[in-house]
Amino acid sequence: MNARILALHGGLLALLLALHFVLPVYHHGNLARVMVLACYAIGYNLLFGYTGLLSLGHAMFFAAGMYGMGMPLYHLGLGAELAFLAGIAAAGGLALVVGLLALRTVGVAFMIVTLMFSQAFYLAILLAARWTRGDEGLVLAGADRVLFGLDLTDPDIRYLLALGLFALCLSAALWLVRRPFGRVLVAIRENPERAELLGYDIFRHKLAAVVLSGMFSGAAGAAYGLMFGYVGASFAEVHFSIFPLLWVLLGGAGTVIGPFFGVLFMFYLIDISSGLTPAYMLVAGVALVLLTLFAPQGLVGEVRRRWLRWLP
Amino acid sequence: MSALLSTRALSKSFAGLRAVHEVDFDLEPGEIRALIGPNGAGKTTFVSMLIGRVAPTSGTIHFEGRDITRLPAHARVRLGMAYTFQITSVFARLDVAENVALAARRRLGGDRAAVARETAAVLERVGLAGHGDALAGDLSYGHQRLVELAMGLAQAPRLLILDEPTQGLAEGEIAAFRRLIRDVAAEATVLLIEHNMGVVMALADRITVLDFGEVLAEGSPAEIHGSAAVQAAYLGTGADA
Repeated sequence: MNARILALHGGLLALLLALHFVLPVYHHGNLARVMVLACYAIGYNLLFGYTGLLSLGHAMFFAAGMYGMGMPLYHLGLGAELAFLAGIAAAGGLALVVGLLALRTVGVAFMIVTLMFSQAFYLAILLAARWTRGDEGLVLAGADRVLFGLDLTDPDIRYLLALGLFALCLSAALWLVRRPFGRVLVAIRENPERAELLGYDIFRHKLAAVVLSGMFSGAAGAAYGLMFGYVGASFAEVHFSIFPLLWVLLGGAGTVIGPFFGVLFMFYLIDISSGLTPAYMLVAGVALVLLTLFAPQGLVGEVRRRWLRWLP
Repeated sequence: MSALLSTRALSKSFAGLRAVHEVDFDLEPGEIRALIGPNGAGKTTFVSMLIGRVAPTSGTIHFEGRDITRLPAHARVRLGMAYTFQITSVFARLDVAENVALAARRRLGGDRAAVARETAAVLERVGLAGHGDALAGDLSYGHQRLVELAMGLAQAPRLLILDEPTQGLAEGEIAAFRRLIRDVAAEATVLLIEHNMGVVMALADRITVLDFGEVLAEGSPAEIHGSAAVQAAYLGTGADA
């Protein structure tokens, strides 16, 4: 692998590790959250940024990971390790079914179909209150949140595990997009008809992208539930499908590190502006409009366009 | 029959309009075949059915003895057919080398060194060596046509279908293109849709003339050149064949 690509991504991970030792408690906790959500954004970006498919229903994959982890842990007493894997499997399975149906459409229809599936999933969570506890959600006991002997109620362990998961997702995404498979996804985004006539099966590649994207999202959802001890229906609501779209647009669609910076930027934009004024969403909105006007390719996308064309 | 590609009674209607009507067509291995005809004769519809971009209304298509009528386009490409678009269709926001590498990679897989070698060799061959890092969309029209051709060559196809490859090219570019196709014909069968009669007469072993979706005539360049029916179709004099 190209040395500067390795240095950049490895450097980011090293910086995040160093921050573990110096950050004040408040920002330390924030960054742990940001890293887990960045895994969600990385998954979303794989489908939106690289394959060119805009989903408005990714909250269902995040929530499938969360409930797929939380319900067996809560009801069946499954260990956190297996429950985490169950979450990823649940999200992947759901993504396969949704992909098979939704990929029969393209463009706006694909957006609507994914949105509808996600809404149906949200309502199903509320309706299955007997197992999901509906609106209230499931509160996971501290004693159950132990992963390989590591106690997830400890903020230090939480940070380091979030970093571990983020490192895994970032490396996996970097590996994927530089492989022939990832190059074909980009080709499909750029010109699907041409890609088909180069002998690539467009449907199968798109389906694989949906499933992988769903699994990344599910891993993030499962980790989020385990780390913060709560599994709730609000994570399946429509705004949780819009967030990853905003994060990826802000950070830079189709860049490997963009999603992380998108989440970080938006997290602190809301955090800081809500400290200044009750109308913090207005501040956030104006900042988003400005960024869209002056850096339409997102933060990292703009850096790539201007200076670093080699960024993956 | 040892035809590389053959069609039987191949037809396509669009809302009742007969674009291609019961065409029987045989392409021998190793030849350069030109497909000519007036505008609207059904040439592009015909080759679109061959490659699988358009589904036929009726009839069959065989490639190397295998019925491919119902195969999707990507599966036909995997069997060894390649198609270059009439309206240039490159990956405009990707660099030239990646455009060609995408074509080579499907065949060569994840072997980066082999893909890079093949890409460089093909770019050299079409005269685009040194343009590998440019974005395909930034190239001149003529160079984009060459990228299109390079993508065809990088697939090492057994049948290369070129849909009006010289359209919009300058005279000098056309001469270079003719040499290139001669060269390609040593490895692949070429089916060429072409309006430039100079190119057709210089390159084609045989010529098929389509008119109103049907085969009007087929023969050597000399035979076609002397055919009254072909003259009539092109000049619109209405003379009998």
